[in-house]
Amino acid sequence: MDFSLSDEQRIIKEAAEKFIAKDYTFDARNKIISSDEGMSRETWQQFADFGWLGIALPEEVGGYGGSMIETMIITEALGSAMVIEPFLSTVVMCASLIQQAGNSTQKEELLPKIIEGNLLLSLAFVEEQSRYNLADVATSAEKSGDDYVINGTKVVALGAPWADKLILSVRTSGNRTDTSGISLFLINKSAPGVTCTDYALADGSQGANILLENVSVSKDALIGELDQGLTILEDVIDRATAALCADALGAMEACFKKTLEYVKTRKQFDVAIGSFQVLQHRVVDMFTAVESSRSMAYMVSMKINVDDAIERKKAVSAAKAHIGKHARFVSQQAVQLHGGIGMTEELDIGHYFRRLTLFCRLFGSTEYHIERFAKFSQI
Amino acid sequence: MNIDFSKEELEFQQQVRQWFTDNLPADLKEKNRVGLSLSKEEIVGWQKKLNEKGWLAITWPEEYGGPGWTPTQRYIFDMERARAGAPVGISMGIVMLGPVLQAFGTQEQKDRYLPRILSCEDWWCQGYSEPGAGSDLASLKTEMVADGDEYVINGAKIWTTYAHYANWCFCLVRTNKEVKKQAGISFVLIPMDAPGITVRPIVSIDGEHHLNEVFFDDVRVPKENLVGQEGQGWTVAKYLLTHERTTIAGVADSKVTLQGIKEMAAKTIANDRPLSQHESLELKIAETEIDLLALEYTNFRTLAATAAGKGPGAESSILKINGTEIQQALSELMVDLAAYQAAPFNTESAMGPPEFKQSLARYNFLRASTIYGGSHEIQKNVITKMILGLS
Repeated sequence: MDFSLSDEQRIIKEAAEKFIAKDYTFDARNKIISSDEGMSRETWQQFADFGWLGIALPEEVGGYGGSMIETMIITEALGSAMVIEPFLSTVVMCASLIQQAGNSTQKEELLPKIIEGNLLLSLAFVEEQSRYNLADVATSAEKSGDDYVINGTKVVALGAPWADKLILSVRTSGNRTDTSGISLFLINKSAPGVTCTDYALADGSQGANILLENVSVSKDALIGELDQGLTILEDVIDRATAALCADALGAMEACFKKTLEYVKTRKQFDVAIGSFQVLQHRVVDMFTAVESSRSMAYMVSMKINVDDAIERKKAVSAAKAHIGKHARFVSQQAVQLHGGIGMTEELDIGHYFRRLTLFCRLFGSTEYHIERFAKFSQI
Repeated sequence: MNIDFSKEELEFQQQVRQWFTDNLPADLKEKNRVGLSLSKEEIVGWQKKLNEKGWLAITWPEEYGGPGWTPTQRYIFDMERARAGAPVGISMGIVMLGPVLQAFGTQEQKDRYLPRILSCEDWWCQGYSEPGAGSDLASLKTEMVADGDEYVINGAKIWTTYAHYANWCFCLVRTNKEVKKQAGISFVLIPMDAPGITVRPIVSIDGEHHLNEVFFDDVRVPKENLVGQEGQGWTVAKYLLTHERTTIAGVADSKVTLQGIKEMAAKTIANDRPLSQHESLELKIAETEIDLLALEYTNFRTLAATAAGKGPGAESSILKINGTEIQQALSELMVDLAAYQAAPFNTESAMGPPEFKQSLARYNFLRASTIYGGSHEIQKNVITKMILGLS
């Protein structure tokens, strides 16, 4: 048994931490968020130069050939600095979806551009009524000759304002919540009939609603088999959930460390507030929450590629539920122990709080994942 | 033992209910229901309407323009106010300064300030906390020194709610550094247009501007602006803590919020059934409702004791702790119902009902409720010392 990183992995980790400390300070991040585009193309190019945009893609398409462990080393660092650039949506969700299910033409055309930093994508899979059910898809694609015509609305498509292309989950047959009959299509965001409404999300990143009105796509735009998209989507969201767990871990650890530092230095009643036992124990609870979450992040990074689908899904839900529960506690207590200043936009703590609050609802809430775990765990 | 209202109290309840039905503007009600901030004009307009009826300063005695109600009547009024969907009273002049002036002010101060609070000509903000004095309020450093017929004030106050709306500020300041820290504090009234005052906005994590930092740089006020004696400020501030606080638990508003959550849970369909039938949500809502019921009965007990002349002392700390925890739990429940629809932040363009769009900002905002007005940790210290006798 060995939880240590390989030399190569350690190099990735150190580079990521160095980049965060030097180039992605809280001030730098605020400037990026308030810029016109709300993200930094320069930062994105740095990610490309680091080799991060192809971190889990095979070497034959120009990727690094890493596993989920390398991905999670990066997302943990991104979470620790609350990076808003769309690594999750473009790399962890869309690139890995294309790698898993795309045909050779799609891979050859799209993956090198993603790796170079010249193509951004967003996976639009949520609908207003769908909640966390990936199979609840009302957006339809009707066959029309060799083409398909798509109608419907997707909501909260992560990173969509910056994306060039979108991958949509659409219904090609069956009823709204059937598990079969879902297909995945790649479209240009600029295609006729596509209207995006962009907005800020709680963590400072951006999402969009995507209105699709008679959007015509050729059958070549299909990714994977017709009607068989749900399994691909589930796999992608599971991987994204695992990567997001590491992002949350990074944010939680930053929250914990900053709070620990604060209670050591903040003086009230002529002493550091960290000398009060009730606060000492609270910080201890934050510490154990972070450590326990780290264990689960490691667990899921190793289990995400096992062949047994049930074991894989259990691992994802266990990690998301456990880390979600602790992310809620750590983020709430970080605000509470900072007091008034923790309630402001001026300090980073409140921003960590919002990122972790959002984490708790993305890809299924804590309760959703406890239920999913229970379902797969029954004997 | 019973919790029935008397015949007179029930009649009073009907009268209050009818008045709110007839007088609460629909747009104000809707904004309040969804949790949107009201503008200064909306707040002042509504307060003036209440004052015309004589129901603005409900805790004040009749001689100062209050309705002279019993604690039970005040409780009923608050219940009906929340039930009608009217905003909770936020006037620092009414809630905080009025009782202080009535107890410690000179006749001249009472005559000058109290009518202007009622007429809403003055908007008062509270200058207590400082960057270095939060939970340890008595360590405040803003300094006030005598200079002829005037005082000169230097320092900074923080978390000053609506300082950007206020034309007056009541402040705790240090007038003596030689004595025990509590004994060197005084209570003073400062006009916000005095030269040397700077207000810096602070945006909180709900994305809104309610809070401010206020700087005092050689600000001069006449000596007649002192309330009570020099060095009496801590006693004045503490007086407010023991003043009647039977609505501190926020039961009335939480009941309305809970009702709103149940309605959203019943009408939001996911996986072909309402969220109210999703077990994990259903149980969470029910558990919070039970906690709220317990709080309501604790509140009744405090109310009965107050009505019997035994003013709530440290027990109000229990109401504050349980009350704010329930407010936070309720706000989180709405976020849970909203799921992805809670993710867009302060935007009109997202989809979904306004309750969901506003849910995360509300949840963020209410994290402050266990920090302001004496944090959870301070409330527990009060119970530790005052009720349990541990120290």
